[in-house]
Amino acid sequence: MADRITLQVARYRPEEEAGVTYQEYEVPCPKDWVVLDGLNFVKDQLDGTLSYRWSCRMGICGSCGMTVNGEPKLTCATFLADYAPGPVRVEPLRNFPVIRDLVVEIGDFMRKLTRVKPWVIRAEEKPLSEGEYRQTPEEMDEYKQFSMCINCMLCYAACPIYGLDPKFIGPAAIALAQRYNLDTRDEGAPERLEILSEHEGIWGCTFVGDCSVVCPKNVDPAGAIQRYKLSAALESLKSFVMPRGSR
Amino acid sequence: MSERLPPAYTEYHPRWLRPRMSTYWWLHRRSYLTFVLRELSSIFVAWFVVYILLLVRAVSRGEASYQQFLAWSRSPLVLLLNLVGLLFVVFHAVTWFNLAPQAMVVRVLGRRVPGRWITASNYLAWALVSALTARLLLGG
Amino acid sequence: MTPRHDVLLVGGGGAGLRAAIAVAETDPRLSIAVVSKVYPMRSHTVSAEGGAAGVIRDDDSLDEHAYDTISGGDWLCDQDAVEALVREAPQELLRLEHWGCPWSREPDGRIAVRPFGGMKQMRTWFAADKTGFHMLHTLFQTSLKYTSVVRYDEWFVTKLLVDDGRVHGVVAIELMSGKVEAIEARAVILCTGGCGRVFPFTTNANIKNGDGMALAYRAGAPLKDMEFVQYHPTGLPFTGILITEAARAEGGYLINKDGYRYLQDYNLGKPEPRPVLRSMELGPRDRLSQAFVKEVEKGRTIATPHGQVVHLDLRHLGAKVINAKIPFVRELCLKYQNLDPVRDLIPVRPVVHYMMGGVHTDMDGATPLAGLYAAGEAACVSINGANRLGSNSLPELLVFGARAGRAAATYAAGSAADRVGASPAVLAQVRDEQRQLANEFRHKTGGRERLATLREEMQKTMEESAGIYRSGDSLAWAADRLRELQARFADVRIEDQSRTFNTERVAALELSFMLDVAEGIVNSALRREESRGAHQRTDFPARDDQRFLAHSLVWRNADGSCRVDYLPVTITRWPPGERVYGR
Repeated sequence: MADRITLQVARYRPEEEAGVTYQEYEVPCPKDWVVLDGLNFVKDQLDGTLSYRWSCRMGICGSCGMTVNGEPKLTCATFLADYAPGPVRVEPLRNFPVIRDLVVEIGDFMRKLTRVKPWVIRAEEKPLSEGEYRQTPEEMDEYKQFSMCINCMLCYAACPIYGLDPKFIGPAAIALAQRYNLDTRDEGAPERLEILSEHEGIWGCTFVGDCSVVCPKNVDPAGAIQRYKLSAALESLKSFVMPRGSR
Repeated sequence: MSERLPPAYTEYHPRWLRPRMSTYWWLHRRSYLTFVLRELSSIFVAWFVVYILLLVRAVSRGEASYQQFLAWSRSPLVLLLNLVGLLFVVFHAVTWFNLAPQAMVVRVLGRRVPGRWITASNYLAWALVSALTARLLLGG
Repeated sequence: MTPRHDVLLVGGGGAGLRAAIAVAETDPRLSIAVVSKVYPMRSHTVSAEGGAAGVIRDDDSLDEHAYDTISGGDWLCDQDAVEALVREAPQELLRLEHWGCPWSREPDGRIAVRPFGGMKQMRTWFAADKTGFHMLHTLFQTSLKYTSVVRYDEWFVTKLLVDDGRVHGVVAIELMSGKVEAIEARAVILCTGGCGRVFPFTTNANIKNGDGMALAYRAGAPLKDMEFVQYHPTGLPFTGILITEAARAEGGYLINKDGYRYLQDYNLGKPEPRPVLRSMELGPRDRLSQAFVKEVEKGRTIATPHGQVVHLDLRHLGAKVINAKIPFVRELCLKYQNLDPVRDLIPVRPVVHYMMGGVHTDMDGATPLAGLYAAGEAACVSINGANRLGSNSLPELLVFGARAGRAAATYAAGSAADRVGASPAVLAQVRDEQRQLANEFRHKTGGRERLATLREEMQKTMEESAGIYRSGDSLAWAADRLRELQARFADVRIEDQSRTFNTERVAALELSFMLDVAEGIVNSALRREESRGAHQRTDFPARDDQRFLAHSLVWRNADGSCRVDYLPVTITRWPPGERVYGR
């Protein structure tokens, strides 16, 4: 069991260079260290100029997504020992512009989140005095999985469609829309349908399926999208066949 | 790789690096290659539709036309095409059957049907239809 | 042209977002800025697991919730504030439900509640065991509805602008570009959370550095009750990752190396097979953490490469209950400890979790500095007193976030006629800050102290001298060490001289905040010569209501030293009594 491992870290310093360079660092490799521990060791002891995002180190805040040996991973949940004897290549998350070193620009994702209207939309709000909206555990199971998204964007990094066409609204945004569509308290499905049935909405997805494979929280955005396609298609059919009908 | 050129850096406006996706992106991951082959397999599905339509037309024009069709089908090029096509169509069916559970949530008596059953029932249906067809063609 | 807003939130977590929504709903004409050093969904609220307390059962009452909170806080809670909390908590939690929060339900669709530590009745609402995650995401997604909220994501506030006895805004670094700018505001609400990273073993994320506390402290506002630091009894040994109290609420046992439920030796009741409220494993956190230290002294804990631990036993709960009620606990143990709670014992130890102390505020989040408010863990109202009960912190975010929001909105709307642009004094402060940041960080050369070394020494000092048990000697020593570290900080080495997303500069600024906060903690602890709740003095082991039924307030002197004074606790209906658990 080797007790040191080499990290090959992608560096990008926009004030000094026009492109990416790789820098190697040798870090300790105890069995309970994750890649993030390795990066922290680099920053604390070897090279204070390395920039990256991290916060909770327990896989719930979604800050530390990076590309490790070509795969999108949460570096706080990826053990160094699994890559022994190394080296381990650490690069910024794919398909996003790189600001600096391992830090990517996620503004596009944030705007898409807002576009899908991820809040409860109702014609009439119930007053607080009438208590909670009743929702059985079975009704919650319908959307529960899609509510688990930590916004880590590993799915966007894995999605080749998003890589080829950044206008594609993307897996996490659609899964979040579905989370609200399937919530019995929400009535906003028609409003969201208008946004999502655009060309870069759900129809941009060709079911490559990698998003669900890399998702660390088993949200299954690919499943959310395909199911949404079905219901969107049925909605279109209904409004075609019965224009003033069920709506 | 690095380009050690002086960067066009404007103070407080760092240039974001936008790596472009390579034209051969689909070769970089096994899952991407599988995906592209799956998509290409639709071409062969379309080919078989055309082939069967040609067969039907040949049959409708009588015995001689049918024999001509069979002779054409025996030519090496068409045989190869159909063989490759068959492999792709099987690939097509297998990938889609395995993906089916992700695309649909089926409920029976209020309980969610596990994904494995949806896949299994697709294979079962395929097997049954194939068995039936084989019996029709080869049996009586 | 500096950006100008009416109300500015520093921090975009549970309290910050709830306050922002409250401002937007109180007065839609007001312009609101949410300035956060991370994207809001990364805020540490996201990692809260167990639940949020709010009275909804018919056999429960607000008075009981208040009594549990006040006795849990060892009578240091301001009882009028506690009464407001328990009264408004159920409404706030319900409002969140209306906004879509997926609270766990009973089979008939009503909100479910679970038992929790220190509470006599079941009143803790929960969303599986990711309550904070669901609350934060619900608040964040709902806040996207309000167009009057402008977000400054990844802007790091370095200073409050104060002139003429009131607040005028903040100076912040836009991390992406490195630009240092002022953002003007009529009112500022600090919602920056606690300061767990002052200690080495903590459940807290890297971003919990007491930023808001230090900002207020440096601006002349006092910090309150800083000596009360909560250790959560069950954190994983190496990472410090939280294993929620809900695991004990569902029936988990704490056992020492002999497999013995040791809490029965510490006046916390008799062991029963099923959890009994306010008894044994459902006792208050401070008592459980103290019991652990005593067990270590008796040599009855288990030694591991990462220090002494005890075991949390969940095996008797069974896979079905664990998967339904505490699935995240199972996930975390499998991932980070490579063991399955269904079959294995979980090694746990007390780790720093929450800061009862914070910026001194009144019941509406107002600090003594005009225009400055605080809410959430960064503030100290005080509703938690000397020890916080589990599941009281999430309602605190909502109740006091909303109250601070409404108060700040009223203040900002009321002061609209007052000011016409920033005064010369304020502009001078901005320029000074810009120059100082450039000189001390970007243009600094040399420097012999490694940032990580200073930080680790601070953390080690705090753990050794201001941990679960403290003494006058250890605290005095710590106070000296911290002064020394402050001086050494001036010589810190900054290797990253760039502007773009310079996280080393951020880390250095965070360390400077933490050193100030640490001094506040140690000096307050030194002056409090009694033991109460989470503050345990080996040289003053008894509670002293005569001298210390009061909040400690600490101000920063011009030379950086601390001045401590006292503020009496507000007692309304519950005179100080004995804290009884297990009987």
